Amino acid sequence: MGQEIMERIREANEAVITGIDDADIKHWVTIYIMGKAYRVPADITLMQAIEYAGYRFVRGAGCRAGFCGACATVYRVAGDWRLKAALACQTRVEDGMFLVQIPFAPAEKPTYDIETEPAEGSVLLKYFPELARCVACNTCTKACPQELEVMDYIQAALRGDLEAVTELSFDCIQCGLCSIRCPAEIVHYHAAQLARRLYGKSLPVPKHVEERVREVEEGKYGEEFERLMSLSREEIEELYKKEQREKGGLGSRDASRVTRNGQGEG
Amino acid sequence: MKTLSNEAKAFIAPRASHVARHAADKSPSRVTRHALPYFPGCALKDQARGFERAAQAAMERLGYELAELPRWNCCGTVYSLSSDDLMRHVAPVRNFIRVQELGERRLVTLCAMCYNTLRRSARFVSTDPERLQRINAFMDEEPDYAGGVEVLHLLQLLRDEIGYEEIEARVERPLYGLKVAPYYGCMLLRPREVGIDDPDRPETMELLFEYLGAEAVDSPHKVECCGAYQTVANPEIARERVLEIVGAAARRGADLIVTSCPLCTYNLEHHQLSVPGDASHVTGDKSSTRHALPVTRHVIPILYFTQLLAFALGAPGEELGFEQAAVDPRPVLAQRVGG
Repeated sequence: MGQEIMERIREANEAVITGIDDADIKHWVTIYIMGKAYRVPADITLMQAIEYAGYRFVRGAGCRAGFCGACATVYRVAGDWRLKAALACQTRVEDGMFLVQIPFAPAEKPTYDIETEPAEGSVLLKYFPELARCVACNTCTKACPQELEVMDYIQAALRGDLEAVTELSFDCIQCGLCSIRCPAEIVHYHAAQLARRLYGKSLPVPKHVEERVREVEEGKYGEEFERLMSLSREEIEELYKKEQREKGGLGSRDASRVTRNGQGEG
Repeated sequence: MKTLSNEAKAFIAPRASHVARHAADKSPSRVTRHALPYFPGCALKDQARGFERAAQAAMERLGYELAELPRWNCCGTVYSLSSDDLMRHVAPVRNFIRVQELGERRLVTLCAMCYNTLRRSARFVSTDPERLQRINAFMDEEPDYAGGVEVLHLLQLLRDEIGYEEIEARVERPLYGLKVAPYYGCMLLRPREVGIDDPDRPETMELLFEYLGAEAVDSPHKVECCGAYQTVANPEIARERVLEIVGAAARRGADLIVTSCPLCTYNLEHHQLSVPGDASHVTGDKSSTRHALPVTRHVIPILYFTQLLAFALGAPGEELGFEQAAVDPRPVLAQRVGG
């Protein structure tokens, strides 16, 4: 991404972040929120634009970082017949955008006891028989803001391949856009979650986890826990900062570069 | 082959050219196998894994590789009879696009239901360019399907391309003394324009089994419906059908019934076991009272044709995929054929 674009984003975001005067903003677009036109700074996200326009989110906003899936938005752009979908916190405004927020997907969520279900593919059809209604139209895949191959994992679910469903759906953030768009009314993301739970159940417990649980149970860390529990809030904060400094984490750019495994890169 | 009629021999004769071609490259140094794009279908990955396992084992012994189609999706399950319901053809056509992307023209199936749905759908779109154009326009994320993919059932490939004499030459465990009743059901034979053989008097499986050394047991019910999906909402219908089919084969002395369809297999296995008899064998739905006539309990192993083929070609036990069989075929195979 070019330096110029980054600069424009920074500039446009200043209005939202620092509350600078509108007069200082150079680039503007017009968007339509629930049918009403608003002039907003170009390049800000949909979520920022909606707030800039004066709305306050009471639902449909969560982590603001593309992880929680709470801010599903359906929109159209003038002159384009396609109905599009995105996460409001991850998508920038475009001129002539018509958008509507989907606070949540009213999806069927069957109750099951994961402990009593066998780790078999047939369990998916037991709780989600509508999976068999898939006609392979691929609408779900086109709707996915995470760019997952949603239809492929539904097809894998139909043939009971828990591993494939797990792999293909791993980055799902449960926004529900696939299910809202599906002509077969399949509840993709809940079915995939069941598949991941079943698959997880089928995997052996990693050795290092077993080892650590044993150590905890044997009281290896008891003394350290007791010491931490006896500290005051200020003492704990100081300890945390000290540790982060030693790791070179706190305040450095690297601290925010965390992969989905919770491990720092590099 | 003493059981072959002249008519049967005439049927086989045109395949002689294939035999010659294959005989020529039978040398042990041959390394290139014929890889064929293969469509498994959902049931073969779950309830009918032995069907696929045995097919791969058998084809390997015949010098072919069934190469699973990348990113295949459900065949569509049941061919839609409404002529304007194009959405039902999206799934089959998407699979044809996958074949096209490989630069291939043929797609081999094992499941009779997948075969029927895919073959009819290929026909449906190839006979009307406007239909295909609309389906292509809908699937705008895919390259257009240009038509021309030929859907084959493995039985057709065995019969028409490999040839039964070639197969016979590779038999390691001849099935002498084994009586096998082929069961075609509906999907391999009807409608006529996609059938792999004569819908009333098919011989494809009979001849295959005879070339493997077995005796084919004919039965008037071999081309009739097993009850199909009625087994869900009206199980008594499927039960009645199955008891006729199994009874007819059993009365003619069949040791095994052989199918090419996971749904037929499910129905034949499930409903024959529903007849009260030796309590230790009875499973499934015993509540049906609609079948008022007293019925004899017959318990016959139901195999997929690939399992019998792989067995005759000498595939070891673990490649035959008998684990999911409701009635274990191994005792009768051992008794009649041995090993």
